[in-house]
Parts: sequence; C-alpha cells; structure tokens
Amino acid sequence: MSIGHTLLGLLEKGPRHGYDLKKAYDERFGQDRPLHYGQVYTTLSRLLRNGLVEEAGVEAGEGPERKRYAITDAGVTDVESWLGTPEKPEPYLQNTLYAKVVLALLSGRSADEVLDVQRSAHLRTMRELTRRKAAGDLADQLICDHALFHLEADLRWLELTAARLGQLSAQLSAVTR
Amino acid sequence: MSALLEATDLRKSFGPTPALDGAGLSVRAGEVVAVMGPSGSGKSTLLHCMAGILTPDSGVVRYRDVELSSLADGERSELRRTDFGFVFQFGQLVPELSCLENVALPLRLGGTKRREAEARAKDWLDRLEVSDVADKRPGETSGGQGQRVAVARALVTGPRVVFADEPTGALDSLNGERVMQLLTTAARETNAAVVLVTHEARVAAYSDREVVVRDGRSREVEPVR
Repeated sequence: MSIGHTLLGLLEKGPRHGYDLKKAYDERFGQDRPLHYGQVYTTLSRLLRNGLVEEAGVEAGEGPERKRYAITDAGVTDVESWLGTPEKPEPYLQNTLYAKVVLALLSGRSADEVLDVQRSAHLRTMRELTRRKAAGDLADQLICDHALFHLEADLRWLELTAARLGQLSAQLSAVTR
Repeated sequence: MSALLEATDLRKSFGPTPALDGAGLSVRAGEVVAVMGPSGSGKSTLLHCMAGILTPDSGVVRYRDVELSSLADGERSELRRTDFGFVFQFGQLVPELSCLENVALPLRLGGTKRREAEARAKDWLDRLEVSDVADKRPGETSGGQGQRVAVARALVTGPRVVFADEPTGALDSLNGERVMQLLTTAARETNAAVVLVTHEARVAAYSDREVVVRDGRSREVEPVR
C-alpha cells in the first residue's frame, strides 16, 4: 500500500501532526501492520520535499514532532490521480497454494488433502475476521470484508481445482481400464 | 461435553447411487457446526438423516441418547416439531399466511393458543429485525426479509438443534451476512446447536468448526497450528 498517498488522503480533512497521522492510519488501515514513527516522518519529509504537503504551524510543546502538516493543491491532485488509477489486478497464479496443488498432483498425492488442510486454516482466519467484524466499526467491517473475500477466492479456486482433478483422474482411469 | 446429536457410520443410497457411504457427525449443545463439501457430496442427505427426515439404510442417529430409528413415525414428527428447527434455501413459508402467522404456526400446531403464539412470534420477528413485515404475506417481502422470517419460525419453539441447509443461498452478500449474524447470535443465546450446510466459506466462518463431506464420507480436519 502506498503510505504516502494514504497519509495525503488523511490530511485532506485538515492539518495534523505526525503522531495524529500515525494514529489515524493505524486505526483505519494498520490492524495487522501499524506504522513505525520512523516511516511516518520519512514519508512526511519526502512529501514536503515534493511540495505535496507544507508545514502549517507548530503546536505548543517540545520537539519537532509537534509540527503540523497540511496538504497542498499539488497534494490533492496527487491523491486524485492515485485514486483514479486502478491497481494492477494481481495474478495469484504463482503463489504457494498453486505450487502445492500442482506438486501434489505431479507426485500422485491427494489434492483433496491439500484442500482440506488449507480450508481449515483459511476458515480459522476467516472466523477471527468474522468475529472482529461483528465487534468493530464500519472501518473494521470494510477491512475484514476485503480480507474475507480474498480468502474465500483462494478457497473457491482450490475447490474448483480439486473438483477438476477428481474429474481428470476419473477420465484417466476410464481410459487406462 | 457429550454429544447432543450424533450420527455414526451412515449409509444411504438413492437407487444404485450411494449418497452417504459411512458419514458421521457429532454435535454438542450450543455449537455451530458447518457441513461443507461440493455439490452432490451428500451433505444435505446427512442433514436430512440427522433431522429424522430421511431414514438411513444403515448406521445410527442418536439424539439425547435416543436412537431416532427406534421411534415411531409419529414420535419422530413430534420430535422434529418440538426439538428441531429448520431453515432452508427458499420455499419454506406458507404463502397464504401472513409472516406473523407463519412464525406462529409451529406453536399453533403444538397446541399453543393463538394469542400467546402470536405474541411469541412477534417477539421473534422483533429479534430478527423484521417486525415491519408481520402483516405481509411472504410473497410481499424481499428475499432477505423472507429468510429472516424463516429463521424466526425455526427458532420460535426454542429448538435444541437448528438445521440450516444453505440458508443464505438465495441472498446477496449483505443480506446473507445479516441472516447468518442473527441466526448464530440467536442460537448461541438460546444454547441451541446449529447444523449448517453450506458450500460458502464466508458463511461457514460463522461456525465454530467445520466438517467436510466428500463422496458420502465425512471428515473433520484438525487445523494445523
């Protein structure tokens, strides 16, 4: 995920200092991977250098982290262009699941076995996400749904593959009989 | 905790085709068990045998230590009415009755007076957030509303086991999710067990554990940690 664009997007609501931004980011997007302070400040100084944010005063208090940042017009344009650009649809075909199923097939092992064990692990994660969704706010629900649909897609592919393999082996045994 | 409902080594054939080939499943009070597997794997047949709707060719189904096959037809029907609740994919509500009357129906059949039956039915429609369709007929409600009415009807008698066969199969994601949330919450609150047949992982994610049925045989997969 582009942290720079996300922080810019968060700044559109009004100027904030770094700590505030980190909190807002973690609440909405960082459930599994909260930002390090270092990342926030490196990103902000890059955005500053590129003219996408500007300093907007310093809050009373100690240290440089009290500096407030505001998004510039160029920053808004940048966010708009980022939102308007589609993400590359990722071909997941090279992933480990695919490799495991193919290897199971090539080695004469049961693809059903791979499927069952993987489904069980996927479902365990999906249950946690479902519980978190039920207890969470809208942002939680959205992020959990996103993960749930992706995990479900993995499983549907695995199930289809297992069904195809079953058909294939039935055909093969009919031919060789 | 011991099993509330337990099926062991069930076999059932329709003509020459075996639908169940040694399937089993054990369900404890208050737990939600997902029965998963591809179409035609036998998962619905397993549900129907466990609910006493179908009689297996061989194997045993025990409910609270009573063998279902030892009961007379009438006793089994009585058990289904008093202790079991059912939610199917569609077509389960009586089209001529209002939604309120549909939910009250299992109680009325059990001899509860109309007033009390309808008061309890109204309470369940409230819990399922569909009290606004109480006076409508099922045909005048949306798919999501109709399915919530069906869940209310399944739960109104205070069943110990709810059998749900693809309960969200005809619903969109948002409605399906709401139905699952309401169904599982209500079941857990009343300590009812749920046997949930589904091929959808997102629906199964509302369960406590899953059993996979394939080629008429069931398998419980222990998660690898």
